[in-house]
Amino acid sequence: MFNILKMAAKNLTRYRRRTFLTTMLITLGVVAVLLFVSVSGSFKTMMIGQITDSMLGHLQVHRKGYLASIDSLPLNKNLNQKQVKKLEEILRSEEAVESYTFRIKLGAMFSNYAETTNIRLNAVMPDKELQTMPLLGDRIIEGEKEGLLKKGEILLPELIAKGMKVKVGDTIVLVANNKDGSVNGQSFLVRGVLEGISGPGGRDGIMHLEDARSLLRIEEMEVSEVAIRLKSIDQMEDVFNGLKAQLSSMTNKEGKPVFELHTWEKLSPFFNIAKMIDLMTLFIKVMLVAIVLVSIMNVMIMAVYERINEIGTIAAIGTRPGKILALFVTEGFLLGLLGTISGTIISLIGITAMNLSKLTFNFGRQTGLELAPTIDASDIVVTVLIVIFIAVLGSLQPALKAARMDPIAALRHV
Amino acid sequence: MSLIKAMQLEKTYVTGDIEVKAIRGVDFTIEPASFVSFIGPSGSGKSTLLNMIGCLDPPTGGKLIVADQDITNLARNQAADFRGNTIGFVFQDFNLIPVLTVYENIEYPLLMVQKWSVGDRKKRVMSLLEAVGMADQADKYPSQISGGQKQRVAVARALVTNAKLVLADEPTANLDRETANRIISMMKTMRDEFQTTFIFSTHDPKVVKSAEVIFTIEDGKLQKNGSEVGGTHV
Ligand SMILES: Nc1ncnc2c1ncn2[C@@H]1O[C@H](COP(=O)(O)OP(=O)(O)O)[C@@H](O)[C@H]1O
Ligand SMILES: [Mg+2]
Repeated sequence: MFNILKMAAKNLTRYRRRTFLTTMLITLGVVAVLLFVSVSGSFKTMMIGQITDSMLGHLQVHRKGYLASIDSLPLNKNLNQKQVKKLEEILRSEEAVESYTFRIKLGAMFSNYAETTNIRLNAVMPDKELQTMPLLGDRIIEGEKEGLLKKGEILLPELIAKGMKVKVGDTIVLVANNKDGSVNGQSFLVRGVLEGISGPGGRDGIMHLEDARSLLRIEEMEVSEVAIRLKSIDQMEDVFNGLKAQLSSMTNKEGKPVFELHTWEKLSPFFNIAKMIDLMTLFIKVMLVAIVLVSIMNVMIMAVYERINEIGTIAAIGTRPGKILALFVTEGFLLGLLGTISGTIISLIGITAMNLSKLTFNFGRQTGLELAPTIDASDIVVTVLIVIFIAVLGSLQPALKAARMDPIAALRHV
Repeated sequence: MSLIKAMQLEKTYVTGDIEVKAIRGVDFTIEPASFVSFIGPSGSGKSTLLNMIGCLDPPTGGKLIVADQDITNLARNQAADFRGNTIGFVFQDFNLIPVLTVYENIEYPLLMVQKWSVGDRKKRVMSLLEAVGMADQADKYPSQISGGQKQRVAVARALVTNAKLVLADEPTANLDRETANRIISMMKTMRDEFQTTFIFSTHDPKVVKSAEVIFTIEDGKLQKNGSEVGGTHV
């Protein structure tokens, strides 16, 4: 085995430039794949993290029909106290649920005493919200981050704070219609400003749940949205199916289900971008496979053709066909190995360099997002294995041709 | 016991509708440690005969026994193993492997055909380098040595496995007269030293004089049956 490796390595030194160019081509392919996987993967992970950990959670429960009219933030489609209790029971018994948070979503008139505009708000219990949205604190770009907010305080979305020229510490007024249509107003202290993020709810303000209940004159417990955080995002599919089964069995008097359950993927358009990224990754991998296959086959076909006489010689002096096959396959294998090793090294250097240079990028209205590309060992291993497998596959046909050659015909070949 | 026994040996090539009877039923025997030459004009069937003896090309008729083995019909791997263990080859164009040094070329069969330990291998290769007078060129590549030197290396490679028989198809055709004579006499020395049978073919009557047993072949038939000339053949 070692002898075959040594012999194959020597054969690669015949045309150093050709070996170098083929290795470079494979290296280039590997670098393209690994850098793309790394950059797009980190971008995806970061965006998904932001969406699930500061806005949507992993799963959300609403009253059936709420989402269809979420644009108008209806108050008459909230879950009532009984339904909330029932839901809490189910969520508490679910092992994989880390925490959950109740929200009343509302629209209101916002006034800074000089101008008026519309505002969309999530009314939350600060502790529960922070527990369920661990990255929410990071989105507070002005004002105190600790503890989110207290009663009587409000976190304004960046756009409204800017547009209405409101600063932390100012007092503003919210006026809202309650369910029956009567109007109520209340003043609030601006506690901080929230950075907007892409997707639905990404530009909502935040207020205290108790304040919303008094503003809207809600007596009993009422909830428009329940956001759920799981211990791990990997369990999402399973938990979703489990919860769905339990929730759909709960029906109202007409026999229709009370709840609707969604994963973040159904709620955020970013999921489609994430899927596009996955698709592009696949395309680039297919390209890599094609590059490796074509370049290795090309080189090995040439190698066999050039060495017909030599193949005849080694076959005549007693080298078994299997060994000749192994010799050429090993040569292709080594080319693939060389390419992946240098490709992996260059990629790791590239990833380190990107991290050191703290590259930033913009996405939608979000600016200055820091790209911190990383790559899983498993991605590297899979790429390396694919390339080596394809390299072996690509050299198989020429190697078989070499092994099957008739020694006399090969010796006579000029 | 003869080393080679050919009985009514035939080889007919069929290409499309054309049949070429390259060897037309020849009988001969060759004794161990003999120094044999087949001489004949181009196209007379020398290569065909040597290829059959060398287990590279199966006969289409008759029977061929080499080193006590009937090689008339061998499978590919069997044939490869038989060649690797019993026969050494010397070619007209030397056929050394260009990426291997002189030393490595001689070592090749011990690595890739037979399995020798490192120590034995080294001893064996060194002794053959000495025997063919190439010890001082061991680290050179084939492109750095002359044709005659290449053929010495090729003879060493053929002998390194302790082959019983070395087949050389026109080994001197690409060498000048003087070098050709030196190679032939070196082969004879090797025969004396290792008791290996040498069979070479040639179309050159001057070269053939050194042989101890001469078969003249013409049109696929042997003219004289192993005439012995001068020499010390036992
Ligand atoms: N593979 C082959 N197919 C068809 N005819 C062949 C083949 N090999 C040799 N011959 C024919 O067999 C005859 C003997 O050839 P060969 O043994 O090469 O002669 P020599 O080596 O004496 O020059 C020639 O007529 C040659 O054309
Ligand atoms: Mg010939």
